[in-house]
Amino acid sequence: MKKKILSSFLLLIPFVIFSQTTFKGMIMDKNNPKDNLGVEGASVHWLHTNVSAITNKKGWFSIPYKEEYKKLVVNYLGYKTDTISIPSLKAIHHFLTEQSELKEVIVTAKKKATYKPFLTTANMFTVNSDELLKAACCNLAESFETNPSIDVSFSDALTGTKQIQMLGLTSRYLLITEENIPSVRGASQAFGLTFTPGTWVESIQITKGAGSVVNGYESISGQINAELVKPFSDNKFFLNAYSSLDGRLELNTHFNQRVSDKWHTGVYIHGNYRGEKFDKNNDNFLDNPLANQINVMNRWQYIDAEKGWVSFINVRFLNDEKQTGELGFNPKLDKGKTNAWGSEIDTQRFETSLKLGYVFPELPYQNIGLQMAYSNHQQDSYFGLNVYDIQHQSVYSNLMFSSIIGDTRNKFKTGISFTYDKYDELVNINNFDRKENSLGAFFEYAYDNLDNFSFTAGARIDTHNLLGTFVTPRLHVRYVPWTNSVVRASFGRGKRSANIFAENQQLFASSRQIKIDNVDGNIYGLNPEIAWNYGVSYMQKFNFFDKKGDITFDFYQTDFKNQVVVDWERPQEISFYDLKGKSIANSFQVEINYNIAPFFNFRTAYKYFDISTDYKKGNLQKPIQPKNRFFANLSFETLAEENGSQWKFDVTFNSIGKQRLPFTGSNPVEYQLPGYSSSYQILNSQITKVFSNQFEVYVGAENLTNVQQKNPILASDDPFGDYFDSTIVYSPIFGRAMYVGLRYKIK
Amino acid sequence: MKKIVFIFSLLLIGFSVQSQEVKKNKNAKITFEVDGICGMCKKRIETAALKTQGVKFVLWSVETHQLNLIMDERKTDVLSVQQNILAVGHDVFDADDKKVVATTEAYNSVHPCCKYRDEEIILDHKGDLKKQKKQ
Repeated sequence: MKKKILSSFLLLIPFVIFSQTTFKGMIMDKNNPKDNLGVEGASVHWLHTNVSAITNKKGWFSIPYKEEYKKLVVNYLGYKTDTISIPSLKAIHHFLTEQSELKEVIVTAKKKATYKPFLTTANMFTVNSDELLKAACCNLAESFETNPSIDVSFSDALTGTKQIQMLGLTSRYLLITEENIPSVRGASQAFGLTFTPGTWVESIQITKGAGSVVNGYESISGQINAELVKPFSDNKFFLNAYSSLDGRLELNTHFNQRVSDKWHTGVYIHGNYRGEKFDKNNDNFLDNPLANQINVMNRWQYIDAEKGWVSFINVRFLNDEKQTGELGFNPKLDKGKTNAWGSEIDTQRFETSLKLGYVFPELPYQNIGLQMAYSNHQQDSYFGLNVYDIQHQSVYSNLMFSSIIGDTRNKFKTGISFTYDKYDELVNINNFDRKENSLGAFFEYAYDNLDNFSFTAGARIDTHNLLGTFVTPRLHVRYVPWTNSVVRASFGRGKRSANIFAENQQLFASSRQIKIDNVDGNIYGLNPEIAWNYGVSYMQKFNFFDKKGDITFDFYQTDFKNQVVVDWERPQEISFYDLKGKSIANSFQVEINYNIAPFFNFRTAYKYFDISTDYKKGNLQKPIQPKNRFFANLSFETLAEENGSQWKFDVTFNSIGKQRLPFTGSNPVEYQLPGYSSSYQILNSQITKVFSNQFEVYVGAENLTNVQQKNPILASDDPFGDYFDSTIVYSPIFGRAMYVGLRYKIK
Repeated sequence: MKKIVFIFSLLLIGFSVQSQEVKKNKNAKITFEVDGICGMCKKRIETAALKTQGVKFVLWSVETHQLNLIMDERKTDVLSVQQNILAVGHDVFDADDKKVVATTEAYNSVHPCCKYRDEEIILDHKGDLKKQKKQ
């Protein structure tokens, strides 16, 4: 049985401003806890490495440290060998036990599953793996179900795809990165988030407002970075099996292996399958698609702490197939015919990436990083009689140098990046081909007075074959006006080319005619989207009845200088045109976190969105977007036993206000929808029983109150007629879904 | 085991050789002890040290009281750094491991919870270090 030590400095912000290169600790004899007598000559080394140290006269050791090191082994003759988990850079005090003595000392404290760092300049918060276990989290899109800042909803009535929104804008305006390499973009915009299995995600960092210039010019409303599990620190073996009553089965396995002192490798395999047909609302259409996915990733991690080299090499392959449409649809017989309506979406994706980092061994604050990634994404699909194929090849590379000016209060990052994207699209009988490439240079300066003020100012200049040459400025400021409070402000500019078909794929599953108002722009005849984002955030920590909590007020505005307006307002068509006039997204959020008791946390948020755009018809609120949302989450855990066994309970409540629906008044009466949807409430819950540090079982329910949209598909009785439309989805379709799963790991 | 010990002695020798260099080093690594007890002290000590012209990087450990710094020896020396730390009220240990005491005035300027010369307050902080529960 291994001993565990977790950091217990919840009072202090668990955030290290300095990159530290040594880890310190003291080794003591358990027989003399009173005198704090150190043990001299005990040897410590990082598990699976030859990096080691010996304790001095007082029992202290200091050992080179790298973030990848998680486990420290302590040896001393005549005493039990201990392996200690090192969760952070906090020095440890560890008591050795004599070989003969078998009693255990276990030191525990609760780490927060999400925390809002006090010291980061940007309005950023981290979601760690504990939080990700609170819900089924089958994939990255669902990882945000328990997060107040991100709204998860269905994108359409057929594909079962979850989409996310931040600041009231869809994910196309977010920069989504995986380990800082842009990932869900271009052709993968619609389904990309569902292509990263939840178990692969180690943690997520969410930044509201303008992102950093380091990662590119595309981010407008924010940035989401997902860190994936790493061969060095992930479990040796992990198994997750999941089954949902809506017919979905999942299997995840991880295998991690140490190859040598410096090399570790991991193989991660994900498969999901849904073979059952459900039609609970009797509209003759499948509520969820038949689907299968196989997703395989192999990672290699290289660490040489002595010389300061770190590297990752990733290879990943995905094959995803979906079939949806009418219950009786048979692809072999009915494809391309009008005897039954159906759709198939087949995606194959190959990705590979290389990361190389070098930290100057003598200068802990200076490093060089190189990132290179290539992806090839191929989607072949048809929706009824509409055909949509897209191939997207992408190359991304970034070279960055970080150091200081004078001292560590002044840091900078600078570098160059190169991107190349090749799109090849077929929309029915029209071909759209386009190549994009860009070369850019960036510089970011960060100042911190180590007390109450810090800012990050960055700029990049890019030259792009279709977007031209342009400058992207970004600024984040942080100020502490009084104790336990933080005020943050940010502004920045983002620019992107809208992939109108890939981002609005649901349009193909309708009878709407596609109209593009060609203005001789470079992208589908349209111009690039440009927006400014400004925001302020105020956080105050408080003590209420001697319990800790915090309250945060966020206000953000996104102001589009140009936008490709997606106009759903005429029921028989969808049109794309450049913005003429204004398009402004305002979002306001109040969030309260409160620790009711140890292991008992409450989180609640109220959100207000005002997102209006000048359409051809006039200025309208964004369709299918609630103005008001309310969120609450309660989580409770029992105290863990010695072997790790405990119960965990989690409940999430969402109240979604009324939403404006696209105009359908010109349709025949039976195919008309009201002007607004009514508000509704959703409840999700999960119970986890941890049996031991190796094994746990969870059972949960999504949409406990069985909320269902009455007729999610307009004219489902006449899918080849003029009024068929599956795009107006404002609430869940399937109703209550129970699920059960297990997790088994060998460390 | 013998091998490990041998390698270690080699490493240690390497370190001691380094610290004997007389040449003015642009990125000199210096270590000395500074008295203090908590995260607030850490901030105070590190800020004082870092604000010394020529100091590039500072790290003070709450547990070991060791202060590691990287500094440009052409611009500053250990003494000036120590003076700045003494000025904010923290005792330092000089090259011969002799304690150099901050003035009473400076010591009184530290936050009441940081009175590191007070046994009682030191004990108060011990509780933060770890919470033990015997099973």
